[in-house]
Amino acid sequence: MEATIATENANKGAWSGGEKEPLGSSYGKMMMWFFIISDALTFSGFLAAYGLMRFKFLDSWPIADEVFTHVPFIHGHYPMYYVAFMTFILIFSSVTMVLAVDAGHHMKKGKVTLYMLLTIIGGLIFLGSQAWEWKNFIGGTYGSLELQDGKMVQFVDASGHQIALEDFVVRSNDNRVEHTKSNGLWYVKDAAGLAPFTVNEVVESFKANPDVSLRTEQINLETKEKTILSRAEANQFLAKATGVVKGANLKVNEYGKTLFADFFFFITGFHGFHVFSGILINIIIFFNVILGTYERRGHYEMVEKVGLYWHFVDLVWVFVFTFFYLV
Amino acid sequence: MAHAESHTGLIWKVFGFLSLITIVEVILGIAKPESIHLTKFLGTSILNWIFLILTLVKAYGIAWYFMHLKQEKAGLRRAIVWTSVFLICYLATLLLIEGNYMGDILSSYTKWTY
Repeated sequence: MEATIATENANKGAWSGGEKEPLGSSYGKMMMWFFIISDALTFSGFLAAYGLMRFKFLDSWPIADEVFTHVPFIHGHYPMYYVAFMTFILIFSSVTMVLAVDAGHHMKKGKVTLYMLLTIIGGLIFLGSQAWEWKNFIGGTYGSLELQDGKMVQFVDASGHQIALEDFVVRSNDNRVEHTKSNGLWYVKDAAGLAPFTVNEVVESFKANPDVSLRTEQINLETKEKTILSRAEANQFLAKATGVVKGANLKVNEYGKTLFADFFFFITGFHGFHVFSGILINIIIFFNVILGTYERRGHYEMVEKVGLYWHFVDLVWVFVFTFFYLV
Repeated sequence: MAHAESHTGLIWKVFGFLSLITIVEVILGIAKPESIHLTKFLGTSILNWIFLILTLVKAYGIAWYFMHLKQEKAGLRRAIVWTSVFLICYLATLLLIEGNYMGDILSSYTKWTY
């Protein structure tokens, strides 16, 4: 019985798990590992579900390189660069965290303080970057047409590169007004707000521009590129168009499958929330370090425990990065 | 868990290693060389296998050196690594096989002409 019950007269008290330290690990650290394993399985569940849907729609899934192409202050098509930057920020903040833990082992309060601060700043930069990524994804890049059955068609120029609706669509004179509460139709909304053009404007402009071609979601599995339609096929597709979509949300996604947007928001959002809580916990520990709480306690194990969590968040990002942006 | 010596040098080495892997991943992700991007091997492209392996190497670096698994007792380390690796592989295998099956069935019903 004594092995399983924390007795009151144990010198370290019940909260720290008593004298017994299974596997040489303190109570707090062990519990942090318990949490990390369960959280790792939660994330695996999400990513495996993403994989399931990815394989289910292997021939029509959006190509990440065509979705995440923005870099701050630069216009153009730059896949990967920004997300690579985000990855570096997170790895670097992991490094400062582990340096803080290391300094804690040597009871160097000043160094722990500095490295904790750098970790918090790294976390904030990452979170800001993620917000910016979301903003771009929600706002959209090119705009596309939704067909009757939910398929998306996009527009490309003669060289096969995607072009924005604004580049070729001519606005006709019809004045469109978004429904508001005052005319009693607040619940009837375009899925992505008032789209920049009407379906008719897009279709007419397409017919007037022989250089513009239509591209479907279907991926040619030999070349791994989306299929570009002939003029005759394109006209048949456009006859089925029901809506103009710009940007992405939980209901529509101009880049293709709505599921892609759903998973993107859910998984990066869940990860972002972990980063957010990590920053909060780091701030608490940071102030405790400044106040000398751990100096008085005689060890900096709290820094190590929160460090475990922070590294785990980094670890998850490594996988999210691979499965959302690379594979 | 007495840490007499400092690990600062090792930490920076691990950082350099992780950065190097990330740079390789990004270069491959942007270039997507056709010879490995379009060749299929065990269900997916060789490029994807490279990404997967590099990711696992990165995960190892983070868990072993940043999360100090290397310094934990072997029992704790095994309890953590084996449990998660086994469960995740199991889940991923089942779901990917299922997804592949659903894709095969679905694609014959999906219409790409009007």
